[in-house]
Amino acid sequence: MAEENRVVLKNLGKTDPESIDDYIDSGGYKAFRKVLGMEGKAIIDGLIASGLRGRGGAGFSTGMKNRFTSEACQKCENRYVVCNADEGEPGTFKDRVIMENDPHMFLEGMMIAARAINATRGFVYIRGEYALSVRRTQKALDDMKAKGLLGDNILGSGFSFDIEIKKGAGSYLCGEELTLLESLEGKRGYPRIKPPFPAEKGLWGSPTLVNNVETLACIPSIISNGAEWYRTMGTEKSPGTKIFTISGPVKRPGFYEVEMGTTLRTLVFDFAGGMQEGKIFRAALLGGAAGTFVDGSMLDTGMGYDLLKEKGATLGSGAIIVMDQGMSIWEMLNSILRFFAHESCGKCVPCRIGSKQLLLLMEQIKNNGADTEELCGRLLKQAEMMEKTSLCPLGQSHIMPVRTAVQYFPGLL
Amino acid sequence: MDIQKILGKHRPEMDNLINILHDLQDASPRNYLPEESLREVARYLNTTLSAVYGVVNYYTMFSTKPRGKYIIRLCQSPICHMMGSETALESVKKLLGTDLYEPTADGLFSIELSECLGICDVAPSMMVGEEIYGHLSETVISKMISEIREREKTGNIKNTCDG
Ligand SMILES: Cc1cc2nc3c(=O)[nH]c(=O)nc-3n(C[C@H](O)[C@H](O)[C@H](O)COP(=O)(O)O)c2cc1C
Ligand code: SF4
Ligand code: FES
Repeated sequence: MAEENRVVLKNLGKTDPESIDDYIDSGGYKAFRKVLGMEGKAIIDGLIASGLRGRGGAGFSTGMKNRFTSEACQKCENRYVVCNADEGEPGTFKDRVIMENDPHMFLEGMMIAARAINATRGFVYIRGEYALSVRRTQKALDDMKAKGLLGDNILGSGFSFDIEIKKGAGSYLCGEELTLLESLEGKRGYPRIKPPFPAEKGLWGSPTLVNNVETLACIPSIISNGAEWYRTMGTEKSPGTKIFTISGPVKRPGFYEVEMGTTLRTLVFDFAGGMQEGKIFRAALLGGAAGTFVDGSMLDTGMGYDLLKEKGATLGSGAIIVMDQGMSIWEMLNSILRFFAHESCGKCVPCRIGSKQLLLLMEQIKNNGADTEELCGRLLKQAEMMEKTSLCPLGQSHIMPVRTAVQYFPGLL
Repeated sequence: MDIQKILGKHRPEMDNLINILHDLQDASPRNYLPEESLREVARYLNTTLSAVYGVVNYYTMFSTKPRGKYIIRLCQSPICHMMGSETALESVKKLLGTDLYEPTADGLFSIELSECLGICDVAPSMMVGEEIYGHLSETVISKMISEIREREKTGNIKNTCDG
């Protein structure tokens, strides 16, 4: 049987998540100590060389984002690091696993990033429902402070940095980085227009590095073992490991950290144990609601950003939602579109009206056997129109599941 | 509930608004934010009541109406939906004899629908307060209800002070 390759989750089950001493005994904060003696530029070059890409969904180069944030607005007094722990993409629960089991890992990554871009303050924005994640992260921060790893003049290095937790309160849209910053400032979660990106004008108008929990949790190992080591795992364009979260009627749903490029078949039929008794694989939805449907023809495709993109699919957050032959594609797509309609903030017309329009078309498709093909065409057009005209990425997300559902399952049957 | 004590734990800055609202709501035995509290928050942060209301109304976790002491958040997102969340909802409603968003007569429970709670591997799933419940069936749900009722009877109470 294939084995996991745990890098981000290397301490899982081996250390007490509430013990900083356990973390330190397992080699924790060595990477941070190492970067205290390095120039910011050298740290960033190392991250760029590793090829690490953002694990929050978009897959943007983490090192490049660090570089942009460190170079933006030289006269700005403040620079921030924000950890996106709003995890709300249906089917995704990797950040919860990290925060509940080894909070120091992503916090150390955050400290390294802060040192690299010379940030003054950091925030972890955790979704409000993740009570245990909040508690464990807070305990970790308190312990760091007690050990002099956080606050003024850290370990006598002259570097000062502090981290606070901000809680979300039940809004999927607040996971979008610019909306998250609005919420973090204590406002309603209405998106800001991009550009400017957070790297130029983020929190309170200052350069801000926004990274996902898993992205930050990759950093300590990269610093300790080097970019070359990191590149020995995964694929050329998607190096390293990734935590995939598998749900649906498989024998062992859950989280699995494997090298990028591992095939969907290995993940579903090996790690997750294959389909439950009497069930036959039909489809998988990759990347959550803002993701893409695939059928059995994609089982041997490697799960990497580019490998999937070439085939019109997405890796997204790493969610793999499995469907069996007894499940209806219409039902799944309808549930996704209901989710989007519920989470639309209503600020712009294409998404506010469009997301309701899609649901009406879905009803017509269900009730109207004869014109299904034409109605699916209209569904696709409507989603394309929303993609072109919506104000923020949420309204541009509907097209992904719609296009792939129609493509792989004509008539949504 | 001592509002001032809770406010005093946070710097009086707007970016603490949501954390403050959470603390106040958690300290309220009925899980809600009454107008008096929101007025105090507005005063503390030197902002208007309507600005505070704007935030409270935007976020689904906040309520301005009394709710049950235990909020049942039943996930209705795609995976839980496909794995049977509607049947689970019917069971909760039946076992508690109440409807969505209507607190039970004893004030112990409210049922709410929620989007993905990040516990999709045990779908259909829900959270009750801070606890996670998965593979929902009538048995799982009725066990949860009787355990909480029992706990409340024996006096192991989450919040004793009144807001
Ligand atoms: C509607 C929407 C929701 C999102 N939710 C999350 C989320 O919960 N967590 C996350 O890390 N990124 C989320 N993102 C992506 C963020 O905007 C951003 O790309 C990410 O935080 C960048 O971090 P990374 O480079 O480390 O991936 C979301 C994006 C959109 C459009
Ligand atoms: S696309 Fe949707 S979520 Fe984004 S601003 Fe428009 S209405 Fe709001
Ligand atoms: S879809 Fe229900 S917990 Fe994720």
